[in-house]
Formats: sequence, C-alpha cells, structure tokens
Amino acid sequence: MPNEAVTLSKPFNITTRNSSNIGEYAIKFIMVACSMVAIAVTVGIVFSLFFESISFFQRVSISEFLFGTKWSPQTALRADQVAAEGSFGAVPLITGTLLISFIAMCVATPLGLFSAIYLSEYASRRARNVIKPLLEILAGIPTVVYGFFAALTVAPMLRSTGENIGLNVSSESALAAGLVMGIMIIPLISSLSDDVINAVPQSLRDASLGLGSTNSETIRKVVLPAAIPGISGSLLLGASRAIGETMIVVMAAGLAANLTANPLEAVTTITAQIVALLTGDQEFDSAKTLSAFALGLLLFIVTLILNMISLKIVNKYREQYD
Amino acid sequence: MTNMFTNTSLLRKSRAAAELRFRWFGRIAIGISLAFLFIMVGSIINKGKSVLISSDIAIIIDLGPNQVDPNNINQTGFDALIKRSLRATFPEITSRSDKKKLYGLLSADMGFELQKQIIANPNLLGISQKLWFTASDDVDLLLKGSVDLTTQEGDRRISNLEINWIAKLKKSGNTRSHFNKKFFMNGDSREPELAGILSALVGSILTLSVCFFVSFPIAILAAIYLEEFAPKNKISSFIEVNINNLAAVPSIVFGLLGLALLLNVFGLPRSTPLVGGLVLSLMTLPTIIIAARASLRSVSPSIREAALGMGASPIQATFHHVVPLALPGILTGTIVGMAQALGETAPLLMIGMVAFIADVPSSIIEPATALPVQIFLWADASERAFLEKTSAAIMVLLVFLILMNLLAILLRKKFEKRF
Repeated sequence: MPNEAVTLSKPFNITTRNSSNIGEYAIKFIMVACSMVAIAVTVGIVFSLFFESISFFQRVSISEFLFGTKWSPQTALRADQVAAEGSFGAVPLITGTLLISFIAMCVATPLGLFSAIYLSEYASRRARNVIKPLLEILAGIPTVVYGFFAALTVAPMLRSTGENIGLNVSSESALAAGLVMGIMIIPLISSLSDDVINAVPQSLRDASLGLGSTNSETIRKVVLPAAIPGISGSLLLGASRAIGETMIVVMAAGLAANLTANPLEAVTTITAQIVALLTGDQEFDSAKTLSAFALGLLLFIVTLILNMISLKIVNKYREQYD
Repeated sequence: MTNMFTNTSLLRKSRAAAELRFRWFGRIAIGISLAFLFIMVGSIINKGKSVLISSDIAIIIDLGPNQVDPNNINQTGFDALIKRSLRATFPEITSRSDKKKLYGLLSADMGFELQKQIIANPNLLGISQKLWFTASDDVDLLLKGSVDLTTQEGDRRISNLEINWIAKLKKSGNTRSHFNKKFFMNGDSREPELAGILSALVGSILTLSVCFFVSFPIAILAAIYLEEFAPKNKISSFIEVNINNLAAVPSIVFGLLGLALLLNVFGLPRSTPLVGGLVLSLMTLPTIIIAARASLRSVSPSIREAALGMGASPIQATFHHVVPLALPGILTGTIVGMAQALGETAPLLMIGMVAFIADVPSSIIEPATALPVQIFLWADASERAFLEKTSAAIMVLLVFLILMNLLAILLRKKFEKRF
C-alpha cells in the first residue's frame, strides 16, 4: 500500500501541490485539444470537399451537375477536342445509388427486423447468446469480402438463373450488389432495433397480455407501435450505410452510368465513380478529378442529414422509456 | 363482432395460427441471415483452401563444366539452360508454338530459381541431375485437380497437349506437391504461382501501427475529458454531436480528406502506411471515443468520490483510480476499432495504396499496400489462379479479424468488473 500513502501525502505538501497544479492544467489543456480533434476532422472534411467542389463548379454549373442526365467524364486527349470536358450530369449516379440502396433495404429491413423481434421477444437466453454474436460476425466481415462474394458468386448465379428463366441479367447487375449489401446491413438494423424494442417497458406488454392478446398481437399492436420511431431511425442509419458503401458496388456494380430502374441492368453509384475517378494517374486541376470531390460533397451532405435525423430519433426514443 | 361470438373456436384457431406464423417469420429471418454467412464463408474457404498446396516439376538439367561458369553465375543464361533441358525431356516436340507451351509448364521465374539453387549449393555444378522447379499457375491448378477436364479444350486455359505432358511427368514421378510456403513468404507478383501476401501483410501491420499510435492516445484523452471534466455547455454537446456523426460518415469521405489535405496540402508521401494509418486513425477515432466513454461511465461513482474524499485532485482521482478500472473496456473498444481499420479498403484506394508492390515495405514512408487492398487487386486479376489466391488472402484477413475479436472478448471476460 505504499502508493496510496504517497497519493495521500501529496495535498499536504504545498510545493508539490503547486507544481502539480501546473501539471494538471497542462494535462487538462492536452485533453481539451484532443477533444477538439473531432471538430477539426469535421471541419477538415467540409473544407477539403468544399474547396475542390468550388473549383469544379467554376467549370461545370451546379444545375448541370445536379440535373444533367448524362455522365461521361472524359479526359481530353487534345486541348481543342470536341466535348473535351465530358459531361457531368450526376442524375444516373444518384438513381443508381438509390436503386441499389433500395434493393439492399428491401433485403435488410424484413430480415433485420424479424430477427430483432424474434431475438428480443421469443428467443431463449441461450439461443440469444449464440445467435446474436453470429449475426454480429456479419457486421465484422470487411466489405471487400462482400464485394468479392457479390462479384464472383452471387452475380454469376443470378446470371445463370436469369438465363434459365429467359431473363437477360447483366453480369454486373444492380440486383447482385443490392442483395449482398442488404446482407451486410442486416446486423446493423437488427441490433439497433433490438435495443429499441428492449427499451419498450415491460408494463405495456404485461397490460396487453393481461387483456388476452397473444404474443404476436402484443408485438404487432403494442410493442412495435411504441418502438416505431426508433426502428425508423435504425432504418435511416441503414440507408445511410447503404448509400455510402463503396467496395461492394466498386466490385459488383460496375461503371456503366445507365439511367434505369431495372435491377437486372448494370448501374453505377456515386461511390463507385469516386473510386474510378481517383485511382490511377490524375492531374489535379482537371474537371474529371475535381468532379470526384463534388460527388464526395454530395455524398457527405446526404449521409450527414440522414445520420443527424436518425441519431436524434434513436436517442430521443431510447431515453423516453428509461 | 357477431362472428367473434358465434365462431370462437375458429377465431382461436386462426389467432393461434397467426402466432405460430409470426414466430416462424422470425426464425426464417434469422435462418436466412445465418445461411448467407455460412454460404459466404464456406464458398471462400472452399475456393481458397487449395492455395495451401503448390506443385513442383522436376527436370534433368545438364550443369556440365562447359554450361555454367562458377565465377560468373550472375551472367549465366539460366532460362536458356532450362529450356534446353525441357526440350531434351520431350524430344518429340518440334513446332515453335508447342515449344513455347512447353516452356510455359514452369514458372516464369525458373531461371532465377535455378540460380538460387546453385548459389545455395555449388556442388550441383559439373554434373547433370534432376532439379525441382515451381510449376506455372495453370499446371498447378491441373495437378491440384481444380481444372474441369470435361469442358471443351477451347474453354480452358490448358490444352490437351499440355495435359498429356503433365500426365507423362506425373507417371515418371517428376511432379510433387508440398505446403505452399511461397504464399506466406513472397510479395505480390504478376505470376500467380509466385504471388504471396507477405508485402500486403507487412503493409497492413505498419498501417495499423500508425493508426494505433495516433488514434489511441487522442481518443482516450478526448474520452476522459468529455466524460469526466467537460462542463455541460454548448461546446461539449457540439463535440459530442460531431463525434457521433463522424462515426457514421462513409469511409470513402475520409479517403477524400486524406487525398485533399494530407497528400495535396501537407505533401505527405503518396501510397505510404503513414498516410494510410493517419486516414484510418481519423476513422477509428469516434469508435474508440464512444467505447471508452461507455467504459468510463460504467465505473461506479463511489470510486471517484472515495478518491476525492481522501484528498486526491480530480486529475489524480481520474488517472489513478477511474481510468485503470475502465481500461479493459477501453482496450476492448480499441481492438474492435483496429479490427474495423484492418478491413477498411475504400479510403486506402483514395490515397493510392493500390499500386502494384512486390517488395516488402520496411518503413512507414515507403509505398506499400494493405491486405484488403491486395484482395481487391487480386479479385480484379484475369488469371483464374488468382481466384484461389484472393480467397486465401480473405481467409488470412478473416483469421486476423477473428484473433483480434477473440482477444477483445477475452479481455472483457477476464477484467470486466460490474459495479
């Protein structure tokens, strides 16, 4: 116990106390600085995306970028080439992103939600202790692995199934990327919804069961309505993950900027285009390179709004029943 | 409503059926999710397990006195020497294109392999003898039985002629398979039979070290400040909102930040573990801070109050008493964050860690690649043999992730205290 004795004696020793006060101010200052890093990172992201985007919008107008329907960023071979700048209409990328995210949410919402309901309301403690970590493995698998699985297993499988029933499925279909992305999001939705459902007070359930309703009726008519805001928050967070997901779409969705709602065709997404524009050789003042930052800014703003709304909803309703 | 009273047994039945149905929806949902997990991992193991074995071919090489000058080994044309020996093994081959196919049975590195064998064992010189060489990727796949021989000749990369040669070599005991050390000892290569993951693995370790040494101290200090000292004011809550939002920002945006700020403004060297580690540390920062705060919050206030009551200053109470108790939880959160960083690919693509790197990087300012990026590169390669390499690299990555998560679970189990 000599350590404690030393700590105790310190406050009585005036000189050490003074020097330790200076030390304590220094430590506190360093800690404040470290906390500010989070703000600095956000500011850094906003500024770096913003400045590059401004120089992009000096070449291409914002309205063309947001409402143009043709995306074909070209590098000029000669300075006087016709259409040397290419066209930068982001609509096909936005619709492609939304299409793939929509497919992903169609897969992840029912699977994630029903898993959460079963785990929180029906499963025994033992089953829960086994299944929950297994589902969390899905969340821990790197996205490049999902991309590999989508491109080399799921896409060829869909293609051959499509051939058998007379459908023409592109080898880089939105469906393959969306399906696999959906699997990736399941654990996110199931664990967040699980939290929200668990936060619904037991008294509500007991009251409903006491009035004679079955378990499923209680869940559908009492628990879920009470948990709906939190669940919608978790779905929004899942959608934001889907929109920002990169590797799966880079590997499985391809780069063809088609404006289509057909999930069997190839589409491209914002993230896949950013990767395509910025890997390889690049000159930093071309519209082609700068357009990647404009896409990044768009992505950042959309996901930020989704995250803010969903975090607010989830936090609000998590506390409400505490 | 009248139905309800006249037909209660029917109603009860349909309600019971609805209950059962609902329960089965949940079971099916979990079943489908887990089935996907097992199919995915299973297909990867299935494709990648053959990488553990690699094949060699033996040929008789004439290393007679007039073939190699022992004083000038580096200048000897070993490729030509091996090609001559190959022709001698199959004297019936005469056409130019067939000869080219014959040379293709061995790895493109064969001359270098022979040179290494001679340097390691100078006694080989002077006589003609049987030596082993790495087989080329297509031959390797054939010997491992991964080539479907029922397909049309034009549909596979290996022709019937080559298959016959290999059958002949196999019959005379001139082929062998052994544990594939090269996969773990080599860097990347254009030739699938020589490509290994060592350079990517070392690149990942260097990147993660940078990430750890940057993010861990910053995150832990920020968490302590926010949890223990920060006054409840607008700035603190703004920092908190910032951290929560950063945790959900798409990873590729961090890559754009690295490209615009670290590479173009600060001029740090491109494609290096230094920049990769910095970008990943910004990404893992929120994860560690959130986990560390939860862990600090779970320490009973009585500990803090007791320390303060005994006359410790707030800093002393925190660093001497609260932090040590929260440390297992903080470390668990850190390991989980590091595991996330290990699997992250997109931001590394943005800062150029996607180049072809054959050498093992020796410092954090040398161009390097990382394990997930290597997987991405190999998945894109056209040679079929890279398919099994990709799967095997994924298995290595998953093994590391499992080890890290096990460590986190063990830490939590061993040191967790409940108050």
